[in-house]
Amino acid sequence: MRGTSNSAGLNAFATSALIALGAFPAIAFFWWFLVTAVPNAPAAPLASLTNVFAPETTPGRMIFDLSVFVLAVTGLIFVVVFGLLAYCVVKFRPTEADADREPAQVYGSTQVELAWTVIPVLIVVVLFLATARVIHAVQDAPKPASALDVTVIGHQFWWEFRYPSLGIVTANELHVPVSDPARPTPTFLKLMSADTDHSFWIPQLGGKTDLIPNRVNEMWIDPPRPGVFLGQCAQYCGTQHGKMLLRVVVDDREQFDAWVRAQQQSAAVHEQATAGRRVFETTSCVNCHAVAGTAATGRFGPDLTHLMSRRTIASGAAENTRDNLRLWIEQPDAIKPGSLMPAMKLSDGDLDALVSYMVTLE
Amino acid sequence: MSSDAVVIQDVHVESRPWVETLHDWVTTVDHKRLGILYILYALVLLAMGGTEALIIRIQLMVPHNHFVSPQVFNRMFTMHGTTMIFFVVMPVLFGFMNYLVPLMIGARDMAFPRLNAFSFWLTAFGGILLYFSFLGGEGLYGAGSAPDVGWWAYAPLAAKAFSPGHSSDYWTISLLVSGFGSVGTAINIIATVLCMRCPGMHLGRMPLLVWLALVMSAMVLLAITPLTAAQMMLLVDRYLGGHFFDTQAGGSATLWMHFFWIFGHPEVYVLVIPAFAFISEIVPVFSRKPMFGYPVMVAATVAIGFVSMSVWAHHMFTIGMNSYANSFFALTTMAVGIPTGIKIFNWLATMWGGKIQFKTPMLFAIAFLFQFLIAGLTGIIQAAVPVDWQLSLSYFVVAHFHYVIVGGILFALFGAFYYWYPKVTGRMLDETLGRWHFWLFIIGFHLCFDLMHLPGLLGMPRRIYTYEPGRGWDTLNFLISIGGFIQATAVLVFLANLFLSYWKGAKAGNDPWDAWTLEWSVSSPPPAYNFATIPTVASRRPLWDLKHPEDPDSRYD
Repeated sequence: MRGTSNSAGLNAFATSALIALGAFPAIAFFWWFLVTAVPNAPAAPLASLTNVFAPETTPGRMIFDLSVFVLAVTGLIFVVVFGLLAYCVVKFRPTEADADREPAQVYGSTQVELAWTVIPVLIVVVLFLATARVIHAVQDAPKPASALDVTVIGHQFWWEFRYPSLGIVTANELHVPVSDPARPTPTFLKLMSADTDHSFWIPQLGGKTDLIPNRVNEMWIDPPRPGVFLGQCAQYCGTQHGKMLLRVVVDDREQFDAWVRAQQQSAAVHEQATAGRRVFETTSCVNCHAVAGTAATGRFGPDLTHLMSRRTIASGAAENTRDNLRLWIEQPDAIKPGSLMPAMKLSDGDLDALVSYMVTLE
Repeated sequence: MSSDAVVIQDVHVESRPWVETLHDWVTTVDHKRLGILYILYALVLLAMGGTEALIIRIQLMVPHNHFVSPQVFNRMFTMHGTTMIFFVVMPVLFGFMNYLVPLMIGARDMAFPRLNAFSFWLTAFGGILLYFSFLGGEGLYGAGSAPDVGWWAYAPLAAKAFSPGHSSDYWTISLLVSGFGSVGTAINIIATVLCMRCPGMHLGRMPLLVWLALVMSAMVLLAITPLTAAQMMLLVDRYLGGHFFDTQAGGSATLWMHFFWIFGHPEVYVLVIPAFAFISEIVPVFSRKPMFGYPVMVAATVAIGFVSMSVWAHHMFTIGMNSYANSFFALTTMAVGIPTGIKIFNWLATMWGGKIQFKTPMLFAIAFLFQFLIAGLTGIIQAAVPVDWQLSLSYFVVAHFHYVIVGGILFALFGAFYYWYPKVTGRMLDETLGRWHFWLFIIGFHLCFDLMHLPGLLGMPRRIYTYEPGRGWDTLNFLISIGGFIQATAVLVFLANLFLSYWKGAKAGNDPWDAWTLEWSVSSPPPAYNFATIPTVASRRPLWDLKHPEDPDSRYD
């Protein structure tokens, strides 16, 4: 009933095709290599990618090194075991000669089984020690006196950043200073949530940490060169989890100090924007938004005191342009359906005035 | 064939009105019919969960797509996950175990046939309740309809403040109801295996599938219980003013995570151990050799059962546990790799020196070995906690667990379908369609899930309804979606094969694969009472002993 000549061709086909299976992950791996290896080269310009294999910070580089080690070990295991599987599939096909015989019935072998128990145990020990070392180095790193503290508060669906030592409150775009490896000025983030769970993830600056209500988490970054780094909320937090984008601007020392001074000012006052300011202060805008130096002290939405210093609105969902601001106030669902910003239902005149006021908040 | 000695005459069934047949099926307490009901039910829900997956994939094909709204997208991934785990894979595995365990241990039915029927109908009603939410629920602000809090329903997103209306209640209660069903079935399988074995079949002679069913059932008892407790606490929060998970009133979000994952991770093994069970039956028969290292396989399974109870927090490496807790869970998670590796080596050793028959069940089994190896290794990569700080919650994780559940469990299940369909229906599944199914599925699978690791490495988080162009995710997502559609096509070929072969398939006979366990000694399909006389066995392979009186296993037993 088995080993008919008809099935021999099929068997040969099946065998070669099964071996070809090994090509699929290989192609995927090369793709990965192509897209990741290039930006990682030191001479490459600073691309604003979100690649986990282009780390900028100390924790990021430690994670990268551990990843390479773990990938190498698991890759080796894969090659060995896949080789054994491929060998079995090629070697132990039925032949005409043994068509009527059952192969030797082998029930087991204590020595062999002991060997393939002990070897994995050793591999696990090595991997564990390498892992524990990096866990300790990242999580238990001492905080230098020169560190900058920033409190990150996750909201549905935007980020609030507070600099307690500098008296700054801003949103969605985090500014941090460059950290010179010789005189490190890392930024220590205190992560909290105002509502549901969120997760702070900028792949190039290191791993992610969750923002969980009733809990304070910590992470630190020490980017050695300036640039803009992108990321987004990684923990599902509700309807608009998908557009809770995040960007970190790493400034050199001078730029950062200038940014701090600008942010510490009260809101700019322009005579021609008085009408818009009146609209702002007499509608429900003030329930959620704050503008320093005005009656608006809401905390539910982003602080707008220096709105125009940010490149994006709606947590990165749109460029910060006059048209987008107008659309966002008039019809938030057009940009970010399901966000908690209500459509303000203003007349065209009021809307134009309000936008004219907004664009003065530099 | 030499097993004719134990053949039981096919009983002729007269044709009866369809209402009576339907009544028989609804009121049945026969383990075989309940097994078939479980499997059919799971196939219907597979179509639902698969459709949801395709909607997800269409939406993600191109950046800034408007195929569905974020609200609908969130419902789709919540329903896809919940459906596939609780109402497809669990029922289909329970179906196979229900059908096979009594036949393999020489029993006439399960220990508690009525509990068995009760458990099935609880599971079935659970699924119906979940899908009724599309009509009866109301979700996050402005969202309406089916549950949309993710299949983990993390606190406080599922709390009344963030999920008003009833959509989360449908999720909670449907899992509560089906959970009771699962516990009932688990108790039943344990009692059956421990008390109903035929003479001569001591624990060391049980087919591996039966051993693995026993371990899986014990794990169900331990894993479903905390889930049920958590669901009740959530209901107390939502309706009786409790504050377990209500962070607005001082409750704990991490408490829910612990409850959920102390269910959720053992659950992965609850699902994968039956897959191991199918592979442990298919690989020996199609390699024409006994299972290599049977005692070690049993020990490794029990070890996986124990260790997997202490790995749950590896789903929580990003929640800010301290470095000691993180290290502990890294160690336990990596340690699970040891017994799992032993299993893979034992399957390879079983093939080694054998005479491999490349029938469709074996093709799926070989693909299982290949894919489960990769899935296990990407698991090890994520057990390295700092690496997981990058990979957790990204598409890398999504690719990893689909590699386990599709590349591992589903492939093993397809193998099981091709292997036992002849026993259940009396007809062979078509080999040509089987090969089309296999090759289409494998191409679609690898296109979809090999590539899906990459957007994760490029920073794409899971559960986002759309994404920004220019981050290197666009082409990958497009190809991943194509892979999804190829898999859907392959599943249609499979369903067509199931359907057509029922009428057109070649007659199977009692023992089409020349196999060695007791279910192949009875007619196909087996009579209602399974065995006219309860068999007596003298080894792990009673049919080998019958077919090879010159060299029986019982000589070495």
